Amino acid sequence: MDKQVLENRLNVNRRHFLGKLGLGLGGVALGSLLTPGLLKRGGVAGEGLPLGFKHFASKAKRIIYLFQNGAPSQFESFDYKPTLNQRFGEDLPESIRGGQRLTGMTANQEKFPLVGSRFSFKQYGDSGIWVSELFPNIAGIADDICVIKTMHTEAINHDPALTFMQTGAQVGNRPSMGAWMSYGLGSENQNLPAFCVLLSRGRGNGQGVYSKLWTNGFLDSVHQGVQFSSSHDPILYLNNPDGMDMASRRKMLDQLEALNHMAYQEFGDPEINTRIRQYEMAYRMQTAVPEITDLSKEPDHIIKLYGSDCLVPGTYAANCLLARKLSEAGVRFVQLYHQGWDQHGNLVGEMPLQAEDADRASAALITDLKQRGLLDETLVIWGGEFGRTNYCQGKLTPENYGRDHHPRCFSIWMAGGGIKAGLSYGETDEFGYNIVRDPVHVHDLHATILHLMGFDHEQLTFKHLGRRFRLTDVHGKVVNDILA
Amino acid sequence: MANLVYCFVVKSGDYQNSGSNMTRSSSVRIIDHVTLVLITLLLVSGCNSGNQTAAIPDQVDFNFHIRPILSDKCFTCHGPDANQRKEDLRLDTPEGAYGALKDYADRHAIVPGDPMNSEVFLRISTTDSTEMMPPPESNLKLSTREIKLIEKWIEQGAEYKPHWAFVPPVAADLPQVKDQSWVSNEIDYFILDKLEEAGLKPNQRADKALLLKRVSFDLTGLPPTLEMQEAFLNDRSPGAYEKVVDQLLKSPHYGEKMAVHWLDVARYADSHGYQDDGLRTMWPWRDWVIHAFNENYPYDQFLTWQLAGDLMTDRNMETLLATGFNRNHKITQEGGVIDEEYRIEYVTDRTNTFGKAFLGLTFECAKCHDHKYDPISQKDYYSTFYFFDKVPEKGLVGTIDASFADPPNMKITDKDISEMLTFINKKDTAAVEVMVMEDSADIRTTHVLNRGNYDAKADTVYADTPEAILKYDTTQWGSNRLGLARWLLDENNPLTSRVLVNRIWQEIFGRGIVKTSGDFGMQGDLPSHPELLDWLAVDFRDNGWNIKRLVKQVVMSSTYTQSSVVSKRQQQKDPENIYLSHANRVRLGAEMVRDHVLASSELLNPEIGGPSVKPYQPDGIWESSTSGRGLLQFYVQDHGDDLYRRGMYTFIKRTAPPPGMLIFDASNRDQCEVSRLNTNTPLQALVMLNNPTVLEGSRVLAERLLSESTSEEQKVQQAFRRIICRPMREEERSLLMDYLKDEQQRFSEQREAASAFIEIGEYPKLADQDPVTVAALMQVIHTIYNMEEAITKS
Repeated sequence: MDKQVLENRLNVNRRHFLGKLGLGLGGVALGSLLTPGLLKRGGVAGEGLPLGFKHFASKAKRIIYLFQNGAPSQFESFDYKPTLNQRFGEDLPESIRGGQRLTGMTANQEKFPLVGSRFSFKQYGDSGIWVSELFPNIAGIADDICVIKTMHTEAINHDPALTFMQTGAQVGNRPSMGAWMSYGLGSENQNLPAFCVLLSRGRGNGQGVYSKLWTNGFLDSVHQGVQFSSSHDPILYLNNPDGMDMASRRKMLDQLEALNHMAYQEFGDPEINTRIRQYEMAYRMQTAVPEITDLSKEPDHIIKLYGSDCLVPGTYAANCLLARKLSEAGVRFVQLYHQGWDQHGNLVGEMPLQAEDADRASAALITDLKQRGLLDETLVIWGGEFGRTNYCQGKLTPENYGRDHHPRCFSIWMAGGGIKAGLSYGETDEFGYNIVRDPVHVHDLHATILHLMGFDHEQLTFKHLGRRFRLTDVHGKVVNDILA
Repeated sequence: MANLVYCFVVKSGDYQNSGSNMTRSSSVRIIDHVTLVLITLLLVSGCNSGNQTAAIPDQVDFNFHIRPILSDKCFTCHGPDANQRKEDLRLDTPEGAYGALKDYADRHAIVPGDPMNSEVFLRISTTDSTEMMPPPESNLKLSTREIKLIEKWIEQGAEYKPHWAFVPPVAADLPQVKDQSWVSNEIDYFILDKLEEAGLKPNQRADKALLLKRVSFDLTGLPPTLEMQEAFLNDRSPGAYEKVVDQLLKSPHYGEKMAVHWLDVARYADSHGYQDDGLRTMWPWRDWVIHAFNENYPYDQFLTWQLAGDLMTDRNMETLLATGFNRNHKITQEGGVIDEEYRIEYVTDRTNTFGKAFLGLTFECAKCHDHKYDPISQKDYYSTFYFFDKVPEKGLVGTIDASFADPPNMKITDKDISEMLTFINKKDTAAVEVMVMEDSADIRTTHVLNRGNYDAKADTVYADTPEAILKYDTTQWGSNRLGLARWLLDENNPLTSRVLVNRIWQEIFGRGIVKTSGDFGMQGDLPSHPELLDWLAVDFRDNGWNIKRLVKQVVMSSTYTQSSVVSKRQQQKDPENIYLSHANRVRLGAEMVRDHVLASSELLNPEIGGPSVKPYQPDGIWESSTSGRGLLQFYVQDHGDDLYRRGMYTFIKRTAPPPGMLIFDASNRDQCEVSRLNTNTPLQALVMLNNPTVLEGSRVLAERLLSESTSEEQKVQQAFRRIICRPMREEERSLLMDYLKDEQQRFSEQREAASAFIEIGEYPKLADQDPVTVAALMQVIHTIYNMEEAITKS
């Protein structure tokens, strides 16, 4: 090996760096230039975060993802299948199942008895979208949403399916969607993280969530989702200790800055200045975050809209309202997880409770965004990780039943942010088992979300260990038919 | 944007093409950020302004100039992956590139010496979008410089060379250097040679106090005690530094420090990892790792035991325990999963970990298709997979809490510990079970799995490895994991030694000689000091794979011991410090931040090993994400001494890892990780400001200092020396003493605040101390803990 190596290495770095611009990662690279040290691994910033760089103009600026964790049944929500009621108890025809693999929970069942919804359906709004009686408030905003009945995925168990939905891969430590957005769009608000995570638990069978769902993966950790909590500290370690008020904190930070500046004089390391700025941002967060998370000052009509539950920290309703506030303040990606949708049994008993918790606040969020003129620039997504079977898991009675996991079709809805409102997209067969028209794969959903945010999903990449990774891996097609 | 961005832009441009002779003028300019932003805007707005890059070298080299271009821009369609290959053309081999094109027998992709008749050059230089390569829809584009490099390389004969990392290392002679006085050992020859060539001067030796802090953290992960500081500063003998190094290498904390990185590599955790995420008991394996480093097991033994300790003829309980390495992967407990799907997932994890940990390669890319860049076919992948596919195991043993150690496992009793496994810190008399490896050779055949799907079995494969690395000889090595270990350790294996040496370097300097320590393949970064890497790799192997010797060699070099002060010139010429003209200032790792606080305040419980512990953690971290099942749904905090264990013993529940650790870039232990990020974020500031551990450390240290009969200034000085590990400078002293007075004043006016402030942590307060005095000193100490220098090796 010759002497050219080192010079070459410098060139490679420069080329890589300039090459990023050519690949459309201008937002990041440009932000890096504006923010000293951003390109360097160590130096990611609070101040002067990337201003955002899109591949093309788009209306949507922010996302709120209302993840319904555990997989709500499409048959009791948005995919109306009267055939299943007519053929109650009949065995699922093998021709329809078509060799679909089953989870270990029903693979050994002797029969797969069909079961229709115990809850009635009606069409709503000018659009005539079908919604079950469990979701009266969402029915009330039917003309604002786009229901996709033909989502499909590859996984049949919660962990891989959730991970797939959030990161574009069933396994592996890939960055989650929110991290990609933070990476691509940067922050609109210097005092709040770009990617916030809110957790709640309903009254149905729950499945847990995992911090890898909001991981930055191989992206810089500044893009990691910041989990908010309903406890004493809305963000970890946010509050000053007892006996320390903000004035004393300010004074301490002033001493600290002076000390750190002395170190800079001594060592000349620019990382020291970055550290100084991060302390200042932390200080600003200490003021900004409690203001945002304090829901008590919301006016009565807002409380009424979301329901009185929204005053109970940690509920889904409180999180929906908080999501609106965070989004309004410029948080790029607010990720909610609402647990409790895994109705393997006692669906008739559990699902109304889950729906009751989720219905009002979800609809309230759309109404609230709309009345503030924010719906156009905010993309809202509502849905789970897969669908549920059209046949009963366990004992079928006229009064009650359960449903296992089903990957071939499920329903989600989206609203705002450039989505065509009042649309029911895609059709499943009369058994609700297979898609007959307009399938939307998880990768397609991701491609479409990225498109709505102004990105070509094939160009939003990050090179890691030799490969350019994308949220959509090597797949995905934008679903143009659902764009406004 | 307070600071100027000093960015390096080499303006090469200005090629005047006069026939085949090009003249070039190049200059290096430092430009301010305004100009740079302008250039950037031009680039992002799509104007191809071309030549913002370096000069074309006189002699173009395949490995260092051409392969990076071809690999990054061409191999996706014209590389090793046979299924993705377009037009049957491959450019990764000379045969492929020189041969006749599929549809045009008289034309060739590359005609050595003749760019104008080389289809490659014509296609990359055309402006016709239907002819252009790479095609516009690929979103890939060659720069003007890259095109010129390829042209010149073809002109000069288009010589292909094997990828540097696949050629076994040979130790080069030490380079000649001018400044012999700077050199301490062999490492320095290689470093200084490059520095002199680049016109840079290395720094002189670091300030003694700073150097002691640096080496103490690098070798033990702990700060030097005051006594060590005193002894070292007062020892003016020439061997003083070496004495300290030897002392640190003998410390039992050396093994802990070295183990932390290996736990990342081995994705060690205390829970199973999927969904319900129940408890597992792999900690005796972790105790073994610490023991192995402390006993300085040679790397060949360390590696062989972990890969094949169950298969050795002289196996014993300890070698078996070491094989826990391959069982640290995540295991599902989700009811209803398909058993085989997950069993395949575990074997996949082992195969990928093997590739990354020992070979520094991205094996995982060849699971679903041939590797796009490196010569690892899908068949190679599953042939390597074969070695890990013979374990009598299940994908799902049972749901939550069915098992803390799925079979195959070993049971360790008190008797085993007293007789052999003396290093295991078991706390009770119950036996502990640990997952280990076992082979049942005829248990199943191994297949290529189409698209990586567990149920898409294709051709049967047998034990083998990618030939481009080193041909696997079944008759010599056998066809099990023991053979695989021998293959790794064969002197013709080009990667094993380089990869380990590079990672040791990375852990000490903050960046490897190969920066992409997990990718030595075509897409990885080239080594900054290839001769040094090879010299170290050969030296390490030839000296019995002696890890302590290697570590000592590195920390004894002038390269390591030099000062970290950066001059303007150094920063401008080499902003990333690739040449190592000064020591890197590196932030302490996540565990070390915690350990530093505990050690400097004397709260640290120095106990080694044992079941992981649960120190303070904010409420609700586990509870808000749990499925509501199993032993780990609630975080039950420990008390007493267990609150003050080193960071590496903090319980890692994979679905909700310790948040303070993640904020400081610790691994979530989801999969094998060979390097951590090193970020600088506002959340880190919040941890240092408000985490009870840091506040408690400040209080306890304040109380201790106040119980001594020393002056106020001596107390502040002592705290400063414990935390920053050097004496205060005058301006620091005067600032901190003034601040102490102010805080005493404030707290005496707000006595309640003082009492509330010191009410932090469970460590008992010293009796009869005035809350105001304690609070004020505690506040000053807390400020010192928050100094950038506190958690940085300078």
